Amino acid sequence: MNDTPLLTMRGIVKRFPGVLALGGVELEVRAGEVHCLLGQNGAGKSTLIKVISASYQPDEGEILWEGKPAALSTPQASMDLGISTIYQELDLVPDLSVAENIFLGHELSTAGFSQRGETIRRTRELLARLGHSEIPPTRSVGRLSPAAQQIVSMARALSQDTRLLILDEPSAVLDQGEVDNLFRVIRNLTAEGVAVVYISHRLEEIRQIGDRITVLKDGSTVATGLDVNQTPTSELIKLMTGRAIEYVFPPRGDAPAPTGDPVLEVIGLELPGVFTGVDLSVHAGEIVGLAGLVGAGRSEILETLYGARRPSAGSVRVAGRELRRGSVPAAVKAGVGLAPEERKSQGLLLDQAIYRNITVSTLGRFSRLGMLDSRSERKRSAEVAESLDVRPAGVDRLVRLLSGGNQQKVVLARWLMRECRVLLLDEPTRGVDVGARAEIYTLVRSLADSGVAVVVVSSEVEEVLGLSDRVLVVREGRVVHEGPADEIDESRVLDLVMEGKVA
Amino acid sequence: MSGPFGRNLGLVVALLLICAAGIITAGDRFASIDNTLTILRYASTIGVVSIGMTFVITGGGIDLSVGAILALCSVWATTFATQTMAQDTHWILMVFVALAVGSACGLVNGIVIAYGKVVPFITTLAMLAAARGLAEIISERRTQIVTVDGFKDFFSADILGVPLLVIIFAVVSVAGWVLFNRTTFGRRTLAVGGNPEAARLAGINVNRHTVMLYVLVGFCCGLAALMLVSRTTTGSSTHGTLLELDVIAAVVIGGTLLTGGRGTIVGTVLGVLIFATLGNVFTLNNQDTSTQAVAKGLIIVVAVLLQQRLARNATST
Repeated sequence: MNDTPLLTMRGIVKRFPGVLALGGVELEVRAGEVHCLLGQNGAGKSTLIKVISASYQPDEGEILWEGKPAALSTPQASMDLGISTIYQELDLVPDLSVAENIFLGHELSTAGFSQRGETIRRTRELLARLGHSEIPPTRSVGRLSPAAQQIVSMARALSQDTRLLILDEPSAVLDQGEVDNLFRVIRNLTAEGVAVVYISHRLEEIRQIGDRITVLKDGSTVATGLDVNQTPTSELIKLMTGRAIEYVFPPRGDAPAPTGDPVLEVIGLELPGVFTGVDLSVHAGEIVGLAGLVGAGRSEILETLYGARRPSAGSVRVAGRELRRGSVPAAVKAGVGLAPEERKSQGLLLDQAIYRNITVSTLGRFSRLGMLDSRSERKRSAEVAESLDVRPAGVDRLVRLLSGGNQQKVVLARWLMRECRVLLLDEPTRGVDVGARAEIYTLVRSLADSGVAVVVVSSEVEEVLGLSDRVLVVREGRVVHEGPADEIDESRVLDLVMEGKVA
Repeated sequence: MSGPFGRNLGLVVALLLICAAGIITAGDRFASIDNTLTILRYASTIGVVSIGMTFVITGGGIDLSVGAILALCSVWATTFATQTMAQDTHWILMVFVALAVGSACGLVNGIVIAYGKVVPFITTLAMLAAARGLAEIISERRTQIVTVDGFKDFFSADILGVPLLVIIFAVVSVAGWVLFNRTTFGRRTLAVGGNPEAARLAGINVNRHTVMLYVLVGFCCGLAALMLVSRTTTGSSTHGTLLELDVIAAVVIGGTLLTGGRGTIVGTVLGVLIFATLGNVFTLNNQDTSTQAVAKGLIIVVAVLLQQRLARNATST
């Protein structure tokens, strides 16, 4: 292997008005390696990526490309060196075909006329190189699964002779099988000498795919070039957080199994083609988890019992009263709250102040004859935000400026403000860093202890098992197992989830 | 809080510059009480509709049919006055007719958009064609002169030297500001325009709210129709031609985002005043309406360019 690293960054500093986003970052990426970038939300990973892709200009520091100083002055300059970035939110045009997306901006053409045949041939080549020749080049991207869309993004990167590929949480939208596939693709690329910078919150993934690790904390590099196989997890967590913690789940209450009528009762719920015959009952103070693969229908079950989708059969009762089908306002009125999977696009008003996001479901309480009392609105929001330890303090800040964990707390605060009876949590810790996760778990448990019935959906089996009292395993739209969470382990759940899938 | 304030300050400066231009080029003919009232009277009709439009645009929609709805309201109300109204009924019924017709048109727009899921652009374009067509049918393309004295007397009245039309505009602006900034309705409008999916999942009835937004702008059109009828003493199917252009332009240069989620009533009022004053200065200098149209076009483009720069700066920090 060549000794000169492909990319070297030294002492990178980036300031925003009032914020030091990066305060001295060191990074060294070699050709053919998978270099993992680890750090909590707000540690500066996103900013660093934007410096590498030249969306941002660093205020200080030195960037070397193959040992020579490189001026990454425009995104185009960065692309010309062979740097491609695949962001969390994929930037594809849904109505264009796979081939058109891949060659968008550098279309193959002669005298302005596009070479359709050649474009499609090259697209096939690229998809085959990624091991996905089953994706039809002429299909519009909007009709592909998220996993296939990601492959298209990677094909687009490869179409431009990429030497450094940055992947920002690529596994967030994928299930286990798709992640394995992604890893195979990554290995093929590194074998060809492409360097990959891989960002993920999932330590187990980093163990699987990574070669070396750089850890960021509060905008600075705290460790760089760690060998993946020789650094224990506890060490990594200590580096990221500055304290040593594992996944910590709050203890379950040792109260006897709840008796009496359930707060939430779902009978025979069916959404054609997605799930069927779902029964579910949750008592006050109980946390029930739904485990299953992405696409098994977990999120859809939550959305349906919240009224965001209209079921074809079945009933949802809250405290004994049946909810009107397919009506979110009816569910909210009955005391149901949802923290949706896609926090940014479904849960939050990003350009509005924190307090407005908290009170959006309780405006009636702060108004008389429709007139809002925004002083009491701010005051109550501040109390709730403080009790959840939303950081930084102050409710006039725009939600856009908060980290993932704190954004999730704002969504929880909204339902806490409503004093809801049933809380539905869809992927409550997606994009939330390790430290803040523990806080959210504690929060959810204390909500349950205060008498709320909680339903949790998560792709991480460990989370479902650790957090819940009772677990339902969902496979292909059916509940295949129900039982206490402490009587089942991770491998058994995975068994249930996978079972019958291959045959 | 310095953001919107700074933007409004920019609009005030623009308005003052136009006034300065008026004083330099037209002198006393511009800077007189009479002329000021002329500008304000002209601004009132557009202004009332612009307040309603600010809500629709902030709520993520657009209404191209305001001019046509205004024409239909004017024709319906005057037809009612001349044909249906018995001698002894009160002229206030005319007012009710105009407001009801306007609100009903808005209701149709809103229902088609919210529940039929037809994009606002197409729905209101269809309403633009249909409402003006209906106005032509009802009036048989004739200009209808209002002879109801009670109505004319009421609307042409002054209070302490301020024409009633201007007072209506002022009242609507203040009411609009309160509704926008101090009520649940206003807050929900921001939520629905900023992120309709999040608003829906937060328990807001987004469809119903959307309908209400279009009813509101329809109501404003009815009110504006009455104001225009009293100013011109006629109802006509040609009233309010291209009003949608003036109104949307005023709202946008005022600083309301066309993408929804952010809006300003103060900005809209300033936008209306800027256009009205500019038109007045051109007229006093004997420039024809074509020149005015070119100038308006330029101003709209420059304003939107500036707005986008501001929006970019706001998100990148």
